[in-house]
Amino acid sequence: MSTTSDVTAVRPGRPPGETPTAAGPDLARYLTRLGDDALVLGQRLCQWITRAPTVDEDLALSNIALDLIGHARVLLTRAGRLDGTGRTEDDLAYARSEREFTNALLTELPNGDFAVTVARQLAYTHYAVLHYEALAHCPDRELAAFGARAAKEVAFHRLHADRWTVTLGRGTAESARRMRHALERVWPYTGELFEEDDVVRRLAASGTVPSPAPLRETWLGRITEVVTGAGLAVPAPTWSATGGRTGLHTEEFGPLLAELQSVRRQFPGGTW
Amino acid sequence: MTAAPEGAPASWEVFLRARRGLAHQHVGSVRAAGPDAALAAARDLYTRRGEPLSLWVVRSDAVHTASPDERDPYFAGARHKPYRYPEHYAPLTEKGPQGEHHE
Amino acid sequence: MTASATRADEDELLAHFDALIADGRTIEPRDWMPDGYRRMLVRQIAQHAHSEIIGMQPEGGWLTRAPSLHRKSVLLAKVGDEAGHGLYLYSAAETLGVDRADLLDALHHGRQRASATFNHPALTWADTGAIAWLTDGAAVINQAPLCRTSYGPYARAMRRVCQEEAFHVRQGYDLMRALCEGTPEQKEMAQDAVNRWWLPAVALMFGPPDTEAGGADARTAALGAAVSRRAMAWGIKRHTNDELRQRFVDTCVPQAERLGLTLPDPVIRWNEERGHYDFTPVDWDTYRKALGDDTHWARQRIAHRLAAHEDGAWVREAAVAHAARTDEPRGAAA
Repeated sequence: MSTTSDVTAVRPGRPPGETPTAAGPDLARYLTRLGDDALVLGQRLCQWITRAPTVDEDLALSNIALDLIGHARVLLTRAGRLDGTGRTEDDLAYARSEREFTNALLTELPNGDFAVTVARQLAYTHYAVLHYEALAHCPDRELAAFGARAAKEVAFHRLHADRWTVTLGRGTAESARRMRHALERVWPYTGELFEEDDVVRRLAASGTVPSPAPLRETWLGRITEVVTGAGLAVPAPTWSATGGRTGLHTEEFGPLLAELQSVRRQFPGGTW
Repeated sequence: MTAAPEGAPASWEVFLRARRGLAHQHVGSVRAAGPDAALAAARDLYTRRGEPLSLWVVRSDAVHTASPDERDPYFAGARHKPYRYPEHYAPLTEKGPQGEHHE
Repeated sequence: MTASATRADEDELLAHFDALIADGRTIEPRDWMPDGYRRMLVRQIAQHAHSEIIGMQPEGGWLTRAPSLHRKSVLLAKVGDEAGHGLYLYSAAETLGVDRADLLDALHHGRQRASATFNHPALTWADTGAIAWLTDGAAVINQAPLCRTSYGPYARAMRRVCQEEAFHVRQGYDLMRALCEGTPEQKEMAQDAVNRWWLPAVALMFGPPDTEAGGADARTAALGAAVSRRAMAWGIKRHTNDELRQRFVDTCVPQAERLGLTLPDPVIRWNEERGHYDFTPVDWDTYRKALGDDTHWARQRIAHRLAAHEDGAWVREAAVAHAARTDEPRGAAA
């Protein structure tokens, strides 16, 4: 890559590794999860561009996708510096296989109709604002600064999701029906966002980063307000999907990743 | 600025304050069903670069217009009252009006 | 208002209009203007807007495959800008008393067109670079004079467009440079893309010849010249298509040399006498025949656009229905 980017000032070459700390590998895994969430959701939104219900919405979705890819770049860059491998954002995005991606399954769900995309955005943005706001108070200054900036950006995406949830819920009978189905389609995949495993527990116990688990109540309260305002009900699914954090994905994930990586894999040793 | 056909989203005029110290300036229009959607559309369209301070959206059909070239009585007198302009009077300094601006 | 105007009134209005144009002042939405002027503007602005919207497709198809996250971000910003440019222009067109829903409908049903440039397929990643470097490069040259076009809202929209378009060309050149400095396979991909996008940029981004042409193109050129004369008299256009085309070639040749790419025209060489690069005149008649509406890609672009529009109908209906129910004044502006 010949241009400088705001994320990695040290080009060309690999970003410098950081002095290893006890939390290093855990933190790298945690940041990779957040980065993968942003990357995969951004990739899904890219699939909308030129297909949205209005040109204005093409623009709105491209702005949101742009922010998400930006978040992924910061998070993956940092993860590559922390895990001792010295991998760049692009190494992590383009050279890992399906099983090495650790995004939540919610983010890889196919776009469906516009209502499904709105429901997916609603769940993710409310979660991400809370999570990034909490991250803004973590002791790592670089991460805290990123959390504060990302929370602001996602807050705008949340407004977009809220507005469309209400618009579709209170629009026509057809749009209300679709929005209801969309929430039901997406909701079993929301629990995974708040899962805690040993990685997160160790990091949270040492005060390195926030655990998402305690955010769930606030998340549900805010979502309920929006969804009720839309004249709809928050679904109470009887099952909950899981697996993304350990690389067990939906079958739809493979094609998404193949598409994302295709050009780069086609030209080994290429410079971009 | 024409009335929207039945079932089309309304037209909104967009005004942007690009920086502190400036008035809001008209930058164009968007189509949107309601004010929130209009503000969001205006934000996405007219503020992709820079950090603007404030946006207004006003329904286009709520803008009332008077234009001098339609021979509106509004503007008839404006050009014929030279005493409204500083150039009508003797300059305050020897250097003339140019000098004034620099002092 | 013209319905009740007498002939004498109209003569006076026309004289006033002509005086404003002659004076280099802008025409504004509520000014009287000749019907021909209004029609030419609507046609030109709508075609320009449609080209931005249809032009999102060849590059938009590569958003999911961009080979680095930096390039993906840049391409997202660019395709978003194109949507934005289309919207600025629809907004400008609406000041002439047309409705953007009608303009889109005209695009969808073949009554209006987008530039045929985008009826070419973007076959490889390098195409996104070639499109940005060459067709956006052509657009900048075409559009810079439109920032001073005589119709105020169009000129203002174009000033926004031009400010943003400069980024598009730069990033396209930058993308091509990265490929040219890469592996032999990458450079080959770059050259192949330039081979396919050069002619569309030279020919279609500037329109038919409108100064002089021999043989088969004489009639086309005469017709083009008449339209251009009218547009220039009204201050809508500032330069002929052929002048701008020459300017484009003159800009591109040194850039291609720096990239180490060959422009696919053996005639290109510096002409000391003219102070310009010579290049092969576009065989317009042959070229146009190959680019009718009945080609795979011409059909595909409109079908793609129409599918998005139809799939989104229920969303747009919902938005209007919801607004109708909640239509009430908001708090005062601050």
